[in-house]
Amino acid sequence: MSEARVLRPASEAEAIETMRDALAGNMPIRIAGGETRGGIGRPMQSAVTISTAALTGITLYEPSEMVIGARAGTPLAEIEAALAAKGQMLPFEPADYRTIFGSSGEPTIGAVAAGNISGPRRLWAGAARDSLIGVRFVNGSGEIIKSGGRVMKNVTGLDLVKLQAGAWGTLGLLTEVVFKVSPRPETVATLVLHGLDDTSAVAAMSRAISSPFEITGAAHVAQDGKTYLRIEGFADSVAYRAGALGKLLADYGTLERLDAGIDVWSGIRDAAPVALPRERALWRISVKPSLAAGMVSTIRANRTCETLYDWGGGLVWLATEASGDAGERQIREAVRHAKGHATLVRAPDSVRASVPVFEPEAAAIAALTRRIKASIDPSGLINPGLMHAGL
Amino acid sequence: MNAIAFPKPDPGIMERRETIVAGLAVLLPPECLVTTEDERRAFETDAFTAYRRMPLAVALPRTTNEVAAVMAYCHREGVPVVPRGAGTSLAGGAIPQEDAVVIGVSKMNRILDINFGDRIAHVQAGVTNLAITNAVATEGFFYAPDPSSQLACTIAGNIAMNSGGAHCLKYGVTTNNILGVTMVLVDGTVVEIGGEAMDAPGYDLLGLVCGSEGQLGIITEAHVRILRAAEGARPVLFGFPTSVEAGEAVAAIIGAGIVPVAMEFMDKPAIEICEAFAKAGYPMDVEALLIIEVEGSEEEMDAALARIIAIAKTHGVKTIKESKSAMETAAIWKGRKSAFGATGRIADYICMDGTIPTGQLPHVLKRIDEIVKSYGLRVANVFHAGDGNLHPLILYNCNDPVEARKAEDAGNDILKLCVEVGGCLTGEHGVGIEKRDLMRHQFNEADLHQQMRVRAAFDDDWILNPAKVFPLDGRARDGAGR
Repeated sequence: MSEARVLRPASEAEAIETMRDALAGNMPIRIAGGETRGGIGRPMQSAVTISTAALTGITLYEPSEMVIGARAGTPLAEIEAALAAKGQMLPFEPADYRTIFGSSGEPTIGAVAAGNISGPRRLWAGAARDSLIGVRFVNGSGEIIKSGGRVMKNVTGLDLVKLQAGAWGTLGLLTEVVFKVSPRPETVATLVLHGLDDTSAVAAMSRAISSPFEITGAAHVAQDGKTYLRIEGFADSVAYRAGALGKLLADYGTLERLDAGIDVWSGIRDAAPVALPRERALWRISVKPSLAAGMVSTIRANRTCETLYDWGGGLVWLATEASGDAGERQIREAVRHAKGHATLVRAPDSVRASVPVFEPEAAAIAALTRRIKASIDPSGLINPGLMHAGL
Repeated sequence: MNAIAFPKPDPGIMERRETIVAGLAVLLPPECLVTTEDERRAFETDAFTAYRRMPLAVALPRTTNEVAAVMAYCHREGVPVVPRGAGTSLAGGAIPQEDAVVIGVSKMNRILDINFGDRIAHVQAGVTNLAITNAVATEGFFYAPDPSSQLACTIAGNIAMNSGGAHCLKYGVTTNNILGVTMVLVDGTVVEIGGEAMDAPGYDLLGLVCGSEGQLGIITEAHVRILRAAEGARPVLFGFPTSVEAGEAVAAIIGAGIVPVAMEFMDKPAIEICEAFAKAGYPMDVEALLIIEVEGSEEEMDAALARIIAIAKTHGVKTIKESKSAMETAAIWKGRKSAFGATGRIADYICMDGTIPTGQLPHVLKRIDEIVKSYGLRVANVFHAGDGNLHPLILYNCNDPVEARKAEDAGNDILKLCVEVGGCLTGEHGVGIEKRDLMRHQFNEADLHQQMRVRAAFDDDWILNPAKVFPLDGRARDGAGR
């Protein structure tokens, strides 16, 4: 990346001014948060980086209303600490990509919103986009725009909040985000099944998720043959549901309850079981759960890979050789067959410059995407080409 | 009562009515086209009955392809289109205009596939909300969003308005429960947005479409998330001497880490109206009632209720009444869900839908009372206490134009109050025409223009449901320079 400058506005007013200057100078702008996920997307040429590093601080926290707001550059750790102090949490369990990228820096709450970054509890509590209820952003005309707000039920006007979630900063510079939060469970139980192959593991997870016992995590680490389920709540209820699940899943083996001190979920959240070595390419695949194992087996027939299933099979992390096209052609074909979509999260710049990083879109959707981009960033200067060539 | 303006019908379209109807007749069989004045009258309003306009014609296609053909024809002819589900919008979202063709999805009411393993139902968009739950209930599943109109309202309408319901505190609203849609764009192009995976690729078009009030396209099919129901559910009635104490109890319950599946609030006038209708055993000697529902096994519900009751007792609760049977549970919810209908039996009413930060509850309830009294009217309050989504019902006589005007003015004052305290104009009913002219209280010109430019990226000529959501003056086109 060739860049002259990194600018760090320290207030919304400065953010507006900084954006206006760059836009007026016709400079392609790279938006940066904590730089822990800088490796995502297509490599791009920018003349200036606008960082949210100095745009920090919690602006609103009302525990009894289950809502928190913060400037975009606020470290995620600061948000999580503030919530933990009041017995609350971000329900979607945002992943930390530092293990994947070997990056330093601090993940920011703005990037969690922009990347729609979720973790294992997404299965039960929805993704980041489901908890994101308000944004303020500077658009490509240098205007500050607000959408949503601080209340969790709000259908006033078009939902530009959702549009920002997962747009990776291509639709403006987020300056402030508001999330709804949830109580931190009193008790967490992790239950393990051993020795299942991928197909049986997905079937076991599906049976558990389709039970009334509120599964908040369901993951399968293929190379260890371990299938993890999580239930959360008050201790008496957790004990009851753990017992009921043991009976429900009896024909898949004995359901072992891990000691409370053992945390497998932060590793699953961060794709740790397949993240190393970093020379390998890492794919993140969303798929219909019942087709996940078959899809992986099709890919495996042609190339060596390691896989981690999360969301009961709805999310597959797949690590494979990065050479050539990092398996792009084969993998996308298998993924399409399974009615899913794939993102090449990690690969060398040369690979990400030559193959699509995000799932290629049908022509009509691509046209809508271009028009939406143009309606918010008419000159196309914000994170140009990050998601798709020419966007 | 004519406070809300409609655009002047385009005379060029009005005088071509015969030609346009003939053009539609080429695309649809006679049973799918409503053209006579008598039959069209059934489509001239929705549940916001104070306003009505006779549409040019009504198309009731049976397939996505028929919707696409009608849409493309109207686009080519420059004729506005007003999409319609079951016509239960409380905000006038489906009210036509004289120069528009209504495209209703009610004939597309089949459930196409149910996949319990992946927890997905694939449905045509004219299927009713409750029909989905009924279709999956045999296996113990349900479709979570449960607006009060769920017996009649369609999934297409739910998606268009991002409908909520009483149980969204735990399960979210429509946008959190839809995986994908088939949508017909303004020029007749058919697109698939999202699909059967949990996350969709690219920009969150599905999130944008939910709640877009029929301005971005017409939904013809949807993949919705179905959930396994809890082992049991039990609502409990908590009567409080004052609304303030009830509000504080809600905050304390959430503060204790308990999120019940539903927490519904009624004030005294609402209790009286609903009890008279549903005979649900609501306590009559209290000023405020909370219906709190918990879920799980019998033991889990007992334990959760013990915690909630302990908190309620520290906040002055006067009456506690647990449902002891499925019949009692049904009666308790019947009372709440028929609050609007029951109110309609004693007076005409307009139903507000603002949301406020729950901490503002005591202040806002007091101000609502003052506002409505200042117009010489009465109000009954029912609302979703956990999320601050208010439904003040302002009672009036619709045959008295002065009183009708006062009711509308009082409603507008209440919505402005909601925005002032940090909330919004509408929590789940949508803007429609009802709140269209209040949008500038919540958004400034830059905000509104940005929304309108995004809208125009889908419909540059403002063909789709054009008189809704955005104030009629000063409308923006897209920035794409097409």
